[in-house]
Amino acid sequence: MLEVTLKQELPGFTLDVSFEVPTGLTVLFGRSGAGKTSIVNAVAGLSRPQAGRIVADGRVLLDTDAGTCLPPHRRRIGYIFQEGRLFPHMTVRRNLAYGARFAPRDAPREDMGRVVEMLAIGDLLDRRPGALSGGEKQRVAIGRALLAAPRLILADEPLAALDEERKGEILPYFERLRDEVQVPILYVSHAASEVGRLATSVVALADGKVLRQGSAAEVLGDPAVLPAGAREAGAILAARVVRHHADGLTELEAGGVPLFLPRIGRASGAPVRLRIAAHDVILSRDLPRGLSALNILPGTVAALRPGAGPGVMVAVDTPAGRVLARITERSARALDLAEGAALHAIVKTVSVAPGDVGGSGAAA
Amino acid sequence: MIDGVTPAEWEAVRLSLRVATTATLVSLPLGVVVAYALARWRFPGRELLNIAVHLPLIMPPVVTGYLLLLAFGTQGPIGGLLDRAFGVTFAFRWTGAALASGVMAFPFLVRAVRLSIEAVDPKLEQAAATLGAARPWVFLTVTLPLIVPGVIAGTVLAFAKGMGEFGATITFVSNIPGQTQTIPLAIDLALETPGGAARAARLAVFSIILAALALALSEWVSRRVAARVGGRDA
Repeated sequence: MLEVTLKQELPGFTLDVSFEVPTGLTVLFGRSGAGKTSIVNAVAGLSRPQAGRIVADGRVLLDTDAGTCLPPHRRRIGYIFQEGRLFPHMTVRRNLAYGARFAPRDAPREDMGRVVEMLAIGDLLDRRPGALSGGEKQRVAIGRALLAAPRLILADEPLAALDEERKGEILPYFERLRDEVQVPILYVSHAASEVGRLATSVVALADGKVLRQGSAAEVLGDPAVLPAGAREAGAILAARVVRHHADGLTELEAGGVPLFLPRIGRASGAPVRLRIAAHDVILSRDLPRGLSALNILPGTVAALRPGAGPGVMVAVDTPAGRVLARITERSARALDLAEGAALHAIVKTVSVAPGDVGGSGAAA
Repeated sequence: MIDGVTPAEWEAVRLSLRVATTATLVSLPLGVVVAYALARWRFPGRELLNIAVHLPLIMPPVVTGYLLLLAFGTQGPIGGLLDRAFGVTFAFRWTGAALASGVMAFPFLVRAVRLSIEAVDPKLEQAAATLGAARPWVFLTVTLPLIVPGVIAGTVLAFAKGMGEFGATITFVSNIPGQTQTIPLAIDLALETPGGAARAARLAVFSIILAALALALSEWVSRRVAARVGGRDA
């Protein structure tokens, strides 16, 4: 558990935040200039904020009132940098082992063999970083941070320097980190797709303030958090596999509502995280008939948020959870949408939040 | 040619090696510290230190030798103190020649090391700190290994300067065979002496061979470390 309270005057705005990072993966989410970097540097001890208090795992790292400010090397924050920052003169093995010797003897340690296996870097151990690909470097950087026996893992836009293909290659490793390691992770990102896929909880930042914090489903279901024009905007639903049908479809159940999507490789009863992008949802006042879409969720409008362009983000509460829909303002007027209005959300595409089943997202 | 080398000439060669090696080894750690301070720290007097380090490079060597004589002579404030406290004498001794060589070589050493420190990405040092390494450890495990090529270059420059130093040495500790008469001073004396031309030539050849050997050695070591430091698989 990490607790952060910070106040700092920055050029153009004031950073004034207070939030908690529970076990699991918390995404610190916001566009550039929202204050993410200032928070990260304060947590790692690379900068000294004007006022604040940071406590990690019961240990006070910063308390400006008490005059406490631990230097970076005494904080035990496993920092995964955007550019990897591997030591070029050391082999991968020595990079991985670097932090362990500085950790206190009684600190809970990860086993090197297990971490190497988890990150699939066994073949790289005797090589030097110079010749590794961007994705390989970042996997080694994850391992190096983890093996330093950290109180918290801090990842500052760790995928930002990678191309799309490499991003897809690294994301599953962050999922394994989230699911297999007890250390809380603070993951900084401005990409909603990473939030949807990785976050167990989210702290949404805007202009130096915390806009929302809570579980991923709660925060991402709030249209105020995501800009209406954002292509990546979408909701997360928790579902369960019911059965696999002979026609190649898998039936899922979310809050009592059946959902169908092309067969996924999960056993009946298995929990699945679903992602429904806002631009894949159509709204209808009447229960539509004669449509090819299989997944229709009844619900009521919870919130409407106009965007900068002609788009409106509509949050719809359904028995399965909150769904976001991005529609035009004209449609919103035509449907006479207002909070509390009953309607049906027609979902064109449901994707299983990729890492959950190894990257399959499919139309249904 | 070797047959004609006189014991006095061997003496000059041995003395030169001893003076240059001592000057280099003693000034190396100090040079690395000063280079690090100039490259990474902001402190009052930084510019003054920078100028002081470079003075021997820009002043006439005779002036440097004269200042050394004033400061480190037996009557000088530092020389007198060292003499009384530790029995260390510089005046007219080979140690004085080493001191003069070290001072003259210092700017070369510091410049080479400083450039290589400035080329080390501070972000790597930051990363080491987040992994739990305190400042001295960061320096020993990250900065120092990455500046090895610069340190080697500086060492070779300092050694070569030590082998070739003339003006400050002769001013400070005079030209005493067996004590302060290094190769350059021996060559100078040989050229002043009737019939000394052959001696001067032999000493010049020694000087060239030693310089070439030092350079070849440093190239060899540099090649071995360059791959490592560049992050390539060696």
